[in-house]
Amino acid sequence: MSLLELRDVEARYGEIRALHGVSLTVDDGDFVALLGANGAGKTTTLRAISGTVKTSGDVLLEGSKVSHRTPEGMARSGVAHVPEGRGTFMTLSVLDNLRLGAWVHGNASPRDLAHVFEFFPRLYDRRAQQAGLLSGGEQQMLAIGRAMMAKPRLLLLDEPSLGLAPLVAREIFGVLGQMHESGTTIVVVEQNAMLALSYAKHAYVLETGRVVLGGEAADLRQNESVRRSYLGY
Amino acid sequence: MTNFIQQIVSGLASGGIYALLALAIVLIHRSTGVINFAQGEMATLSAFVCWTLMDHGWAFWPAFGATLLLSFFGGVTLQAVVIRPIQNGPLIGIVILTIGLLIAINGLDTWIWGGAAKQFHGPFSTAPIRVGGVAFSKQDLGVIAVALVAVVLIGALFTRTRLGLGLRAAAVNPVEARLVGIRVAAMLALGWGLAATLGAVAGVMAAPSLFLEPNMMQTVLLYSFAAAVLGGMDSPIGAVVGGLLLGVLLNLVGTYVHWIGGELRLATALAVILGVLLVRPSGLFGRTALRRA
Repeated sequence: MSLLELRDVEARYGEIRALHGVSLTVDDGDFVALLGANGAGKTTTLRAISGTVKTSGDVLLEGSKVSHRTPEGMARSGVAHVPEGRGTFMTLSVLDNLRLGAWVHGNASPRDLAHVFEFFPRLYDRRAQQAGLLSGGEQQMLAIGRAMMAKPRLLLLDEPSLGLAPLVAREIFGVLGQMHESGTTIVVVEQNAMLALSYAKHAYVLETGRVVLGGEAADLRQNESVRRSYLGY
Repeated sequence: MTNFIQQIVSGLASGGIYALLALAIVLIHRSTGVINFAQGEMATLSAFVCWTLMDHGWAFWPAFGATLLLSFFGGVTLQAVVIRPIQNGPLIGIVILTIGLLIAINGLDTWIWGGAAKQFHGPFSTAPIRVGGVAFSKQDLGVIAVALVAVVLIGALFTRTRLGLGLRAAAVNPVEARLVGIRVAAMLALGWGLAATLGAVAGVMAAPSLFLEPNMMQTVLLYSFAAAVLGGMDSPIGAVVGGLLLGVLLNLVGTYVHWIGGELRLATALAVILGVLLVRPSGLFGRTALRRA
């Protein structure tokens, strides 16, 4: 059974329709990349899943329909959404940010914190600092570390490599790869299609609010139109 | 010299009241991001409630306890009924709404209890005690002690508890807070409830020395804003230190700078606000929101 399924999901911001019936499935243990140009509806698709935008159509989690989705409700169901722009609590300390990640579990366990610091030793060095003082890469690490603290079944990431040096972006995706190997299901929106496709198992291509292509990441990498539009060779 | 010490002691006593109300202002600011102009009138209303209970024969402490409880639920209800509908609008709308609340609650107080000042018998005696020519009362000591206990409790709530972390997170970034699973609506209501409770403490502590009437806390509110700005809008410790410091400063300036006297007391407090905002906007204890460019 698939962990997540979207059936004909539509979403709008006021008058503007951002999703025109998106359908896709994410298997348990999958690593899915959502590709597409700006305004294709990738971010909105993640928002539709986490309940941060009003939608019509069905979102199913483990086969059962989640009818009234709220962000806090989805967080409790094990969905962690790391929005674009490294949504951290800027004026709170790094440690407090990580503690907040574990909110749905009660108090943060020292073991989970240690686990995050193992992945991101730099966060340990800066644990007492305000999150707003971190560099872009460190903030992205913090955002992902915070999501780790939630021990989500489904991790949604929006543009984790945005604005980062290529080396840091690789480091981030390396960590995502490890999280995936240890059993976390991941859906990532990524501009850098090359990077995303080298880690993801499956991918969907969105255009103007619709899924136009989907399949194995390896197959999409060979696909002529994907290569021309998103990989640039 | 005796007069100097006397002015400091009296300053600390009135500063204790500024501190308590400033603490409520800081609490609501830190947990909801709003500056609540109605905080003083909410405190007065609570004091009236306590007075009414005592007027019906209740002893002070049970009446005080019931007032705190009622104030808490009053604050939660106020947030849910009045603030929540415009919560997602611009912040300035909420702030203006709290000014409206100030006027409405003031009117309500006058309508129910009339404008005449009432004597309020608090838990501490107001009879003067003299030590080496310096006069103070148990009331003065009590207010300062209550302010200190309150700041320790509030500080512990914010920095030592999970709930406090949730309150802070909801205020700093509500969208993000919901994504980690925090019920932001509940946190905001709780913030108002706690601030109303703390305001009730301030009102009840102020009433014995200020006399209870609908405008009792209006100038206190301005002093408390000055205290909160001086200490740092987000710092409970800052609110209390700011309150005590301001009380002493105003007394000393009023006594020793003759052209200021009693008339320019309020203007001095406003000068403190202006000075702090110019020199050190985050206040004595506030943390500046740092962000990389």
